[in-house]
Amino acid sequence: MIIDAGSMDSRSLNAAIKGLKHNGSIELNNVNGQRYICVGVSGRKVEINGTPGNDLAAFSSDVDINVNGNAQDGVANTLRSGRIVIHGSVGDVLGYSMQGGNVFVRDNVGYRAGIHMKEYLDNKPVIVIGGNAGDFMGEYMAGGTILLLNLDGNHIGNFIGTGIHAGSIFIRGDFNPYQLGKGVVMVEPDASDLEKLEVYVREFCSRFNLDPDRVMEQGFTKLMPQSSRPYGKLYS
Amino acid sequence: MCSISGIINTDGTPIPGDVIIKSIASMHDRSNGLGGGFAGYGIYPGYKDLYAFHLTFTDPEAKQRTEEVLKNCVMIHKDESIPTEDNPEGAPIFWRYFIEVPEKVQEFEEDFVVDLVMKINSNINGACVISSGKDMGIFKGVGYPEDIGRFYRIDEYSAHMWTAHGRFPTNTHGSWEGAHPFGLLDWSVVHNGEISSYGINRRYIETFGYGLNQGTDTEVVTYLVDMLIRKHKLSFDQAATVLAPPFWDEIERLDDRELVKKLRIIYSSAQLNGPFSIIIGHRNGMVGLNDRTKLRPMTVGRFNGTVMMASEECAIRAVSPDVEEILYPRGGEPVIIDLEEHVTS
Repeated sequence: MIIDAGSMDSRSLNAAIKGLKHNGSIELNNVNGQRYICVGVSGRKVEINGTPGNDLAAFSSDVDINVNGNAQDGVANTLRSGRIVIHGSVGDVLGYSMQGGNVFVRDNVGYRAGIHMKEYLDNKPVIVIGGNAGDFMGEYMAGGTILLLNLDGNHIGNFIGTGIHAGSIFIRGDFNPYQLGKGVVMVEPDASDLEKLEVYVREFCSRFNLDPDRVMEQGFTKLMPQSSRPYGKLYS
Repeated sequence: MCSISGIINTDGTPIPGDVIIKSIASMHDRSNGLGGGFAGYGIYPGYKDLYAFHLTFTDPEAKQRTEEVLKNCVMIHKDESIPTEDNPEGAPIFWRYFIEVPEKVQEFEEDFVVDLVMKINSNINGACVISSGKDMGIFKGVGYPEDIGRFYRIDEYSAHMWTAHGRFPTNTHGSWEGAHPFGLLDWSVVHNGEISSYGINRRYIETFGYGLNQGTDTEVVTYLVDMLIRKHKLSFDQAATVLAPPFWDEIERLDDRELVKKLRIIYSSAQLNGPFSIIIGHRNGMVGLNDRTKLRPMTVGRFNGTVMMASEECAIRAVSPDVEEILYPRGGEPVIIDLEEHVTS
């Protein structure tokens, strides 16, 4: 099923997606800035050509979304499960409050990627970023995993993991300790960590046609919260 | 929420007005119909040495009183109604004046014009100078930006640079005068966000003789820009450091830390706190700036000799679907497009 989104606003595009009777895959062409694409949708495979607007796949579950291009702010806002692959860069607040599912971004992400993402039992969200990230990556993080591959070796953002109280961030390559937020500790990833992140690196590389062994050649640093209640004594 | 967009042709070639309408209209969902506006540069080539005053009047008496003031101190070469579609209910009278300042004040003519604008805006009830620069003009009002664009027949103008705004007012009511862009001389400012340091900034700028009449944070930003760059001769980079300074520990890691420290200390009351993304227009170009923790969006696109800045990438792709380069400026990192530099380099 192909939908030409060229002349549609956010509301009519989302109504068209929700109104589809069959469960097959959808291709959206000429997308430019329409918001909330696939909001609350469950079990859809969607190919997006163009630039989807803010809050792509918000609150959706079990989706399989492929974006051929950049996406804007708020991708995977409170995503419940499924997979989103971006063949380009995304704007700010990627994966805001994400509860599950995987997001793969080929290039760069803006500020506050993974802000307040969380996990519960088997719902463990994962974000893999090929390029670099703006400031406040993993801010108030409450679960899940962020992998920053920084394949171009650029200067990454500051205040990484500010307010983190659960979950983990893996950064490939070098950075300065001053770039970390307060209450974040650096450790060497152990064997089980490496095993886990290699699975995601391999999936990332297969999606974007990269050599996973070369990506794994460079070491990773694991970032973890110092405390599960970093602000527990703020007002006491 | 608000939307902002700006487009500039670095070789100075004109851009038809419908281009900027198309860009800002693509972000329709960011505004709520309570304000929209445009600033065009290079739109009055036939009068480019005269100050183009755009005014709104709530009643004919305000117009008459303003004209008495103008006739007393400047020479009006031409005045006319600003062409619009049928005026909606509640819309003011729109009039523009092309004026020359008297020879005896030409040494400090910009100060003279600023004083005149402040005088009209503060003293004449029902009159408001919307813009007061040479070869530029601001068109704004209550409505969605694309509707305001059609209302002012923006498609009939061409400019080498446009900025636009779609408003979603949160702290002040939606009014014709309070819509963006805000202007003074050839400065214009469109703004998405809210300046929580408004009170401090306002009290500070008032001590330099600026009168705040709209009570909105964007007005204060416009006057700060005029003071820092025109009066105090700061560069755009330095002015950006004043408005959105790096954090203290970051300053310690800078090569020019002594200068940055001084700017932060001297101009501490000009620092803007709170979330913002702004586009500043002026006679020689355009500057985009975010707050230092980037709590509002800004995307930059380049194609051929054109640069665009906008709240969302779609506003760039609405104009150039295959834009060559998309950039995401960092918080506090100004994007400076200087036409003089382009001309000389």
